[in-house]
Amino acid sequence: MLKIEGLRAEVEGKEILKGIDLEVPAGEIHAIMGPNGSGKSTLSYVLAGREGYEITGGAVSFHGQDLLAMEPEERAAAGLFLAFQYPVELPGVGNANFLRTALNAIRRSKGEPELDAMQFLKVARARMKALSMPEDMLKRGVNVGFSGGEKKRNEVLQMALLNPGMAILDETDSGLDIDALKIVADGVNAMRGPAFSSLVITHYQRLLDYIVPDKVHVLMGGRIVQTGGPELAHQLEASGYGSVQAA
Amino acid sequence: MNALMEHNASEAGAAGFLHRFEGLRERLPGQGLPWLASLRARAAEAFRAQGFPTRKVEAWRYTDLAPLTQAGFGEPLTPVDGALVLPRSAAPKRLVFVDGRFREDLSDEGSPARSLARHLPEAEGLLGSIARIDDLPLVALNTALFEDGALIDLGEGVDGGVVEILSVTSAGRPVAAHPRHLVRLAAGARLVLIERAWSAEQDPAEGEGRYLHSPVWEFVVGEDAHVTHARLQQEGRAGLHLATTFARVKASGTYDSFLLHAGARLSRSEAHVTLAGPRAAAHLNGAQLLGDGQHGDCTTFLDHAAPDCPSRQTVKTVLAGKSRGVFQGKIHVHQVAQRTDGYQMNQALLLSDQAEIDSKPQLEIYADDVKCSHGATVGELDESQLFYLRARGIPEGVARSMLIEAFLLEAVEGVADEAARAALAEVVAGSWERLA
Repeated sequence: MLKIEGLRAEVEGKEILKGIDLEVPAGEIHAIMGPNGSGKSTLSYVLAGREGYEITGGAVSFHGQDLLAMEPEERAAAGLFLAFQYPVELPGVGNANFLRTALNAIRRSKGEPELDAMQFLKVARARMKALSMPEDMLKRGVNVGFSGGEKKRNEVLQMALLNPGMAILDETDSGLDIDALKIVADGVNAMRGPAFSSLVITHYQRLLDYIVPDKVHVLMGGRIVQTGGPELAHQLEASGYGSVQAA
Repeated sequence: MNALMEHNASEAGAAGFLHRFEGLRERLPGQGLPWLASLRARAAEAFRAQGFPTRKVEAWRYTDLAPLTQAGFGEPLTPVDGALVLPRSAAPKRLVFVDGRFREDLSDEGSPARSLARHLPEAEGLLGSIARIDDLPLVALNTALFEDGALIDLGEGVDGGVVEILSVTSAGRPVAAHPRHLVRLAAGARLVLIERAWSAEQDPAEGEGRYLHSPVWEFVVGEDAHVTHARLQQEGRAGLHLATTFARVKASGTYDSFLLHAGARLSRSEAHVTLAGPRAAAHLNGAQLLGDGQHGDCTTFLDHAAPDCPSRQTVKTVLAGKSRGVFQGKIHVHQVAQRTDGYQMNQALLLSDQAEIDSKPQLEIYADDVKCSHGATVGELDESQLFYLRARGIPEGVARSMLIEAFLLEAVEGVADEAARAALAEVVAGSWERLA
């Protein structure tokens, strides 16, 4: 589903990604672990199409399409979703209006009919209940005044509504207590299936106890330096990233 | 243009208007009222002495009236009788003026608003009671030349409901209209006023549709009386809109205004508000949506002349293409005005590198126990916000529109009255798309 080959990228002239090779087949969940500054967030932004990153080499295909040639909204329409590490606050943009506009944009691109306000509310309320989100979060500005946990839950709500084929979770576990972590993990696990893939980026192994990955990749210094099964996350937790470097 | 030419052009323009006054004075309404005839004569003289303001005057540093002074404007007294397409009314009662003239056939019966020209004797002592002509030439010109306007005089405790005053310019000819509107609320009275300035020709062809609409408003707000003044400036794109508003608020009264500049080639709305009794309050909020070739100027003078008065001012400007926005906000806190609580914020969003915003807050404080804050920001659309929306599949154009609308609506949210807020939000929602 997602195939990254020799991807290199620079930020302000500094090379951050130094040749990434990674393939996530349909239906699989892969974890990317790595220390701070290894290029985890850069990878997620490059895949989602944020400006300010210069691609200096390599290719990314998504469902066989050239992902890097697409605008961010085209990538989203094609089924790529990024759950932000730091969800952005949008004062004055109501959360319900935002969610409905996004959902209808995606539906339109798939040739599905748009949802009116009532139809949307029905769908959104059901999803929010599953994520233990209070309903008044629909009325507030997007992420405005949300706690860290609420912002992350709002990301998972967006994912559940937009129903992407590929979700990149960028440190979605950071700042979450154990209850919120379980809720978020349940939200991701509920989407698992043959048509859903995910790239779970995390610093810690903790999240992977709840979202058990098919594969774990270690990203260091802008390269994937090791790949293994779920047991690799536990090894890293026990011995730290230093052991990988030594190897 | 050098200073000398500017001065000459201004004189030439002023002379044209004075010439018109001489030609019209026998036909202007209120001939039988000596107080009015003498007021008009004094106003004409005050205008003659001052001429149009030039950029050498500090309050006009950022707004150049050359498009006005260099142009010729025609006879305003010719009535327009034909059918007109009007915008949908935002209020149950509406008074309609076309080219400055009252149109009874288009107006609602039984509105608390009436034609000033038909009830001029009642305006004695009210007209000109707070408007200044000696240092404000546009107000002097209006006083000399006004033909009509709205008269709203609410007695003690009367609730005037929601009223719209619609000023339409027929366009197609370069008319000049100087309507005069008078609003008086006795103690405890209430009124929601939606003022709309509109052109029958919103998008005229190049070089056409030029006109001048220069209204003056006087609001006398009694004790514990509350007035909402929602102003929708939707003039045609070649129109000139030069408005001056005066408000004087007694103890515990409120003047709650919101100004929207959306149309016109050149618009300036100047407000002079005096908080004259304890706990009197003023809101002078606004938004300007300026596209290519537009100039919008929001200028306010707020006088805190009594203790314990709050004032709130949030003005937002969105600028696209080659446009220019001006915000000037002066707050004068008199020595007697202890425990003043003043807040002023103005923010600009620049969508183009050819747009320009000039912002001049001015605080003059003579009392010692005062809370006054002000701030100003100028910025572009936030890249991270834009990316967040696009990453959710929202096309860039829509994403930009959403962020611009959010920026503007934050200012509208402060409007307490629901009908006024809805009317403003509707115009904002219809306007930002052309800027995005």
